[in-house]
Parts: sequence; structure tokens; C-alpha cells
Amino acid sequence: MSSITGHSVTDELPHDDGRPPLDADKAGTGRLGDRIFGGLATGSGIFVIALVTLVGVFLIAQAVPSLLNNNANFLTSREWVPSGTDPRFGIVDLLWATVVTSIIAMLIAVPLGVSVALFITQYAPSWLSRPAAALVDLLAAVPSIVYGFWGLKVAGDYFQPVAKFTDTVLGWLPFFEWGGRPSAKSTLAFAGIILAIMILPIVTAISREVFSQVPTAHKEGALALGATKWEMIRTAVLPFGKPGVISAAMLGLGRALGETLAVTLLLSALNPSAPFSFSIFGGGETFASRIANDAGEFDSPQKTGAYIAAGLVLFILTFIVNAAARVVIERRKAFTE
Amino acid sequence: MAKRIDVKDLDIYYGDFKAVEGVSLTVEPRSVTAFIGPSGCGKSTVLRTLNRMHEVIPGGRVDGTISLDDQDLYASSMDPVAVRRTVGMVFQRPNPFPTMSIRDNVAAGLKLNGVKNKKQLDEVVEKSLKGANLWNEVKDRLDKPGAGLSGGQQQRLCIARAIAVDPQVLLMDEPCSALDPISTLAIEDLINELKSKYTVVIVTHNMQQAARVSDQTAFFNLKATGQPGRLVEVDDTQKIFSNPTEQATEDYISGRFG
Repeated sequence: MSSITGHSVTDELPHDDGRPPLDADKAGTGRLGDRIFGGLATGSGIFVIALVTLVGVFLIAQAVPSLLNNNANFLTSREWVPSGTDPRFGIVDLLWATVVTSIIAMLIAVPLGVSVALFITQYAPSWLSRPAAALVDLLAAVPSIVYGFWGLKVAGDYFQPVAKFTDTVLGWLPFFEWGGRPSAKSTLAFAGIILAIMILPIVTAISREVFSQVPTAHKEGALALGATKWEMIRTAVLPFGKPGVISAAMLGLGRALGETLAVTLLLSALNPSAPFSFSIFGGGETFASRIANDAGEFDSPQKTGAYIAAGLVLFILTFIVNAAARVVIERRKAFTE
Repeated sequence: MAKRIDVKDLDIYYGDFKAVEGVSLTVEPRSVTAFIGPSGCGKSTVLRTLNRMHEVIPGGRVDGTISLDDQDLYASSMDPVAVRRTVGMVFQRPNPFPTMSIRDNVAAGLKLNGVKNKKQLDEVVEKSLKGANLWNEVKDRLDKPGAGLSGGQQQRLCIARAIAVDPQVLLMDEPCSALDPISTLAIEDLINELKSKYTVVIVTHNMQQAARVSDQTAFFNLKATGQPGRLVEVDDTQKIFSNPTEQATEDYISGRFG
């Protein structure tokens, strides 16, 4: 049971007699030091819970009046005219763009990050593994505006032929259709690729941490059975690291869903009258980039409320994703301790 | 099935450090050989060279020859993976794969060998667990995690896992040192049975155990502090414990040393 593998005491089931798993033990002595430290720890815990609750309450309180005034269906409408006498706004386009860019980022970053972590912990000679790890960590230190700018000015041009090729080969599928507009670097696909680079260090760092903690006994157990290196990784390293990799992926997904600057810089907003497109080679706006793009216009509570409602959806989306990850980890728990 | 092990002039290194020097001994098929000696004298290191697990440690290498019947384990054409499939190993701490069920733990080696047939796997799982005297205790919960068993059961599960791939030789590195006396007795009984099919080499700190289970005993010691370990004496267990040739052996087994 350790936080590094995605397990913590909060994953525990209640005791048989119904006591909660976090029930305080009787180790406290009532001495001054114990009381101070216990008070500080409890206080910090309550503070964080209160903070998250207040954020939730704030979002709901600000969003509800606007939602009540909304003359379009918030969940199914593609319109976005949040102010005036007939406010109409819905999140379909935003949700689509956010989910698609994040999924593309995950599809690239998770396998790549896990592979890099495996290389660093299992394959690289010791003189290389530390510098390699530090380099990957350095990716996390690059400000997101730099990624956006780099994507726009440098990497984007190399994506043009990729988009063209994909369109030629797979263009008959609605997902890969590309009419040449917007330019390849302003598409959801390319934003997803840049997001992948941005979440790569998180995925790599946490996976690396769990992989390096695989007990030697398990690895030698596999090797002594006549496993090759890859088979050893498959039998001993990956199963042990799985909950950690899931945690890593969720943290990365959290960042991808909420990433603002780079995405705002890259994506080209859709013409509101354009028909809905399933293609990943289309433009669009994510929740975060829409809010950032329009940040100068929060002049009325009605309008602000509409954007906050969009933010609330992002909040709930992240919450659902994390809860789903917990369920996955929980189901395998008996086998990971 | 069981094979003879011949070790000749074996030197073992960790990088530039020579850990063990000049070991030569023969282990007869279908016998139990015990390695005894003080901590740090290299007996586990020698054991790990017998299935090429020593070289898993960065910088680990050996000089000299080890052969299984007439096959040189360290020949350049020899695949270490193949060696480990022939020479099974049980470790000091029970190390069942924590993410696998009891059944999958036992079948792990076979699955690595590419056996997919479920019926065949089930047969081998049952046979191996029976061979490790564990079948009756776990037959109703084969799908439960292996890590949920007691320490002694886990160690027998690891033995079942090792014999499931039908090795020629079974190496055991202090298999009882993490176990209580009752589980230890169960493992010792098991070693006595395994002897009829396999060549067994066991490292132990427990001299009563060496006396109880082995046919042949090898005593290792350091030449001096900071010097490589060496094989002091190897002989019938009976003789080592009653009338050893070397004074150092006599001192060690009578408790005057180490």
C-alpha cells in the first residue's frame, strides 16, 4: 500500500465493524507535540477539502442563474451567444474539441511515456539513466506558451505533409477528413500532438518512479524462471507498475483537459455557422481555450456565468475521469498488495 | 532428468572485485548438496552462478567452467535464458508474483515457454502443487492472489512454480530463513522428496538443517577479511559434521567461529 503505486489508505474499505478505514488509532499520547502536529495535519486536511468544496460551490452558484436564462439546451446545442435578451449557449463543440485533443494526447503520451520510463529504469546503463531522466523532467519546466509558439512557428510546418498524407489514405473516414483548411497546425490533431509532448514528462516521471520500485525479488523471480528481459518486464515490472501508470495517465489527462495557452495559440476557432465535423483535422475550441479567448468579454454576470458553466463541465469531466481510474485500480487491488 | 553439476576453478567477480576464488566441486544427480559458511563468504554468489543469475547484477562475471553433465553453461553459444529454464531457483524471501493468482503463479514459467493449452496448464499446475505439498491447502482457491498465502505456503508456491517447468536442477537460496519452524519442517520434508527427481543445491545458515536434508556439504569461508571467499571443504555431510578434515570446518560447525 503506497501512494506511489496509486494506492493509499483512502482506498481501503471500512473495517468489518463499520469503522471508517482512516479511524484514528490510539498511538497519540496527548502530549503537547502530538496535539500540535495532529492539529496541524487535521487542519491542513480540512482546509483542502473546504477549498475544493468552495470552488465547486462558487462554480455552481455563478453558473446556475445563467443556465436558467439559457434558451438553448446547454448539453446539446452548438450555439454560443451567451449575452443579450435571448442568450443561447451549448457545449457540444467545446466538449468535442476538449475530449478529442486530450484523447489524441493520451494515445501518444502514455505508450511513449511508459516506454521512456522502461528504457530509463530497465535498459539504460546507469551512467545514462540519470541524465536521461533529468532531460525528460526538463520538458516539464518548459512554459506552455513556449510549446504553443514552437508548435505554431516550427513544428507545425512539418505537420502539413502528415495531414495531407493521412487525408489521402484515410480521408474516406469522417475522422480523418481534411479539406486543407484550417492549416494543419491549427487542427485538433496537431494540438493533441503538442499536448502529448507537454504531458509526456508527467507520465514518464511517475511511471519511472513506480518501475524503479519494482522489488528485485520479483524481477529475479521472473528471470530465474527463464524469462527474457522483455518477458521479465511483462511478468514483473508492468503488472507491479500498472496502478502507478494509471495514476500517471490521469494526472496527464488532467493537464491535457485543462491546458490553455498552447491550445489557444494553436487552434483556429470554428466559424459558428460551419456544420459539425467529426474530423480530427478540423479546428475548434476547447473549454479552456474558449474561456481564454473570450476573457476580455466577461462584462455581465449573465455572460460570465455562461463561461463559468463551461468551466464547471471541465471540473466535472476531470472528476469523472479520476473516479473511473479509481475504480480500475480498486478492481485489481487484491492483486497488487 | 536430474543432471550432474561440475564446477572447475570458478572465480566470481563483481566488477573488479573478486568475490569468490578457486571453487571446484561436483554435485551428483538426485542428491542434495548444502552450502554452509558465515555471512558474506560467497555461498549465495556461487549458487547464483549455477543458473547464470549472477550476471544479472551489473558488473557480475565469472572465470572458470561450470558444466551440467557435459554441457558448458558458460559456453558462448549457451543462452542464459535456456540455462535458467533448466536450472530452477527458489529465493530467500518467498517472491510469488503479487499480481497473479495462485494458478497463474505456478503456470507462469510454462506460459513463458509458450504453452497455451488450458488443459495442459491445469494438469501441470495440479502436479506441481502436489509436488510442492501445497495442493490440498489451495485447491479450492486457485484463483486467489498468491500473495495472500502464509509465508510458508508462499515459499512452497515458489517451489511449485520452479518445478512446473521441469528443471534438471533446483537451487535454493536460504529457502527457510524467513519461515517459522513448522513451515521450515514442511520445506525440509519437501526437499527430501524432491531429491528423488531433481539435483538440489541449498544454501543455509542453519547447520542442523544442512545435517538433516543434505547428502553432501560444502563449507565456504573468507580467506581473511577483505579477501575473496573460497571453498574450504566439501564432503559427505556425515563426515563434515562428525570428522571434518579441515580445522576451520571443525571450528565453524562446533560454533567456535563465525
